[in-house]
Amino acid sequence: MKIKQVSIFLENRAGRILEITEVLGQNKINIRALSLADTSDFGILRMIVDDATRTMNVLKDKGFIVKESWVVAVEVPDKPGGLASVLRILGKKDINVEYMYAFFEKPQDKALLIFRFEDPDEAVRILQENGIEVSGKQKLGLG
Amino acid sequence: MIWNNESETLTDRKKQSLQGELLKNLVNRMYKSIPFYRKKLGAVGMKPGDVSQVEDITKLPFTTKDDLRDNYPFGMFAVSMEDVVEIHTSSGTTGKPIIGGYTKGDIDVWSEVMARCLSASGTTQNDVVQNAYGYGLFTGGLGVHYGARRIGATVIPISGGNTKRQVMILQDFNSSILTCTPSYSLYLAEVGEQIGVDFSKLPLKAGNFGAEPWSNNMRKEIERKLGLLALDIYGLTEIIGPGVGNECEYKCGIHICDDHFYPEIIDPETTRVLPHGEIGELVITTLTREATPLLRYRTRDITKLIPGKCQCGRTSMRMERIMGRTDDMLIIRGVNVFPSQIEEVLVNIEGVEPHYQIVINRVGTLDELEVHVEMNERLISDEIKVLETVERKIQSDIESVLGIKVDVKLVEPKTLIRSEGKAKRVIDKRQL
Repeated sequence: MKIKQVSIFLENRAGRILEITEVLGQNKINIRALSLADTSDFGILRMIVDDATRTMNVLKDKGFIVKESWVVAVEVPDKPGGLASVLRILGKKDINVEYMYAFFEKPQDKALLIFRFEDPDEAVRILQENGIEVSGKQKLGLG
Repeated sequence: MIWNNESETLTDRKKQSLQGELLKNLVNRMYKSIPFYRKKLGAVGMKPGDVSQVEDITKLPFTTKDDLRDNYPFGMFAVSMEDVVEIHTSSGTTGKPIIGGYTKGDIDVWSEVMARCLSASGTTQNDVVQNAYGYGLFTGGLGVHYGARRIGATVIPISGGNTKRQVMILQDFNSSILTCTPSYSLYLAEVGEQIGVDFSKLPLKAGNFGAEPWSNNMRKEIERKLGLLALDIYGLTEIIGPGVGNECEYKCGIHICDDHFYPEIIDPETTRVLPHGEIGELVITTLTREATPLLRYRTRDITKLIPGKCQCGRTSMRMERIMGRTDDMLIIRGVNVFPSQIEEVLVNIEGVEPHYQIVINRVGTLDELEVHVEMNERLISDEIKVLETVERKIQSDIESVLGIKVDVKLVEPKTLIRSEGKAKRVIDKRQL
C-alpha cells in the first residue's frame, strides 16, 4: 500500500524548481503532491507524481540527482483532532514520522497526508489495524 | 631485498661524512666547469672552499626549472661532449624540454640506483621484467632497463602501448615484475579482464609504478586487479630519471638513494628549510652526477621527509608519496593547503566521490575556505538530516587534516565543467 516518492537534490539557486516543473510538463508528467525541505545550502524537493519511473529517467537525463523512496498516503479525518488521532496510534507503537506533507486533492471528509516512516510496511500494518485508511497507487491513480 | 647492503644501511655518522665529501667535490666541479654555477655561487659570496660539511648546503643557492630552460640546451653541462655517452629529455610539453646528460659514470650510477629500486620490489636475476615504460628520450624505459640488466634479470623491453600484445607477453613469457605508470597498469588489467585473463594465475609478483601521481586507494585497486605488490618509484629527468627512490615492501615511504641524491624540504614561499616531518617542496642535490649536476634543485613536488631506520633494514631517508605540486599550493590563513589533501579525505568517505571545488573568499581580513562537494546517486537521501550528517563528516575530516576550519557545501554535479576535460579545482575570489 506504500507509494513511490521521487526526491531531487537542489542547490539553493534561482530557477531550479522551474526547470524541474518544465521538464515534467514537457513530458506530460503530473505532480500530485510536493514538499520542499531546505537548509541554508541545499534543498530536497520531494514529489508524488503519476509516473515515478519515467520521472526518475527524464530528470536523470537532465543531470539531476534523484532518489526513489517509499512513503505512505494516509487518509486522515478532516476535522479538529483528526491528525492527532493518527499520530497517537503511531506514537503508541513507537513509529517515528521522519517527515510529512499534504496531498493536493482529497477524498470526501478526509485529508490525504504523505508520511515518511523508517519502516513503511510496518506503519501501514499498524494504521490499518487501527482502522486508518491508507491510499494505494490505484486509488490515487498513480502509474 | 636490499641490493647494496653497504650503501643502503649506512650509519648516520658515516652517511653525513660521505655526503659532506661528495658535496664539497660537487661544488668544486660546478665552480670549475659550469659558468652558470660560478656566477650563482659568487652572487651569494660562496667559494668551493667554504663547503666543508653537508650542513653547509643551506648556504648554497637553489636551481629552478627556469634556470634549466635559460641554459638550454647544453649550458648546464659540466663535461665536454666527448665524455657524454647519452642524452635524455623531458617531454617538453610546456616549452623547451629539460635535458639530462650522462657520462659513463652517470650511467653506472643510474644502473646502481635502479638496481636498488627494482630489488626493493623483490627483483632478482631469476625474474622476468616486463618493462612497459616508454623507451626513447623519456628516461623511464632505459632507466629501468639498466637497473634490471645490472641485477641480471631478464628484461622484456616492450616499451609502452600495444596493450593486447602486452597482455599476451605477460601470459606467455612468465613476466614476474611489471614496470609502467600506475594508470597504465590498471588499463592493462582492464584489457586483460575483457579477454578473460585470470591475473591471479599469472606469475606476476610485483611492480614498480611511477612517473605520475597516484594514491593509496589506487595501489589497493592495482594490487587487487593484478595480484601483485605495487610499489611507488620516484624520479625525474632533471635528477637522473627513475631511480631517485623506491618504496620497500613495508610501504612506509619512498627510500631515497641519499648517497647520490641529497633531499631537503623547504617552504616554497620563503625557501626556508623545514624540519623533517613537515610538508613542503622537495629539493634535491645530485651529489655524484657528472654530466649535468644540479645544486638544490627545486622539484616543485610536495612531500615530507621521514628519517630513521626502516623495518626493512635500510637507513636511507624516506619521503612520503608525492602529495601535489607547488603550483597547486594555496595559502589559507598562513596554512599551506593542497587540493590533493582534500581529495584524499573525500575518497576515504563512503559514498563520496572526489568531485569537488575549493572556493576561497576573503571576509574582512580573514580567508575563508569553502569546499563544494558534488552530490551523487549513492549519497542522496530524501532526508535532510542524513545529508547534513554527510556535510559535517566531510567538514570535520578535512579540518582534522588541514588544521583550519572549512565550510562544506553539497552541490549539484557540474556536468559541464567535467566534460571539458580537467576540472577546475580552485576558485580564488580573494582580492589581495
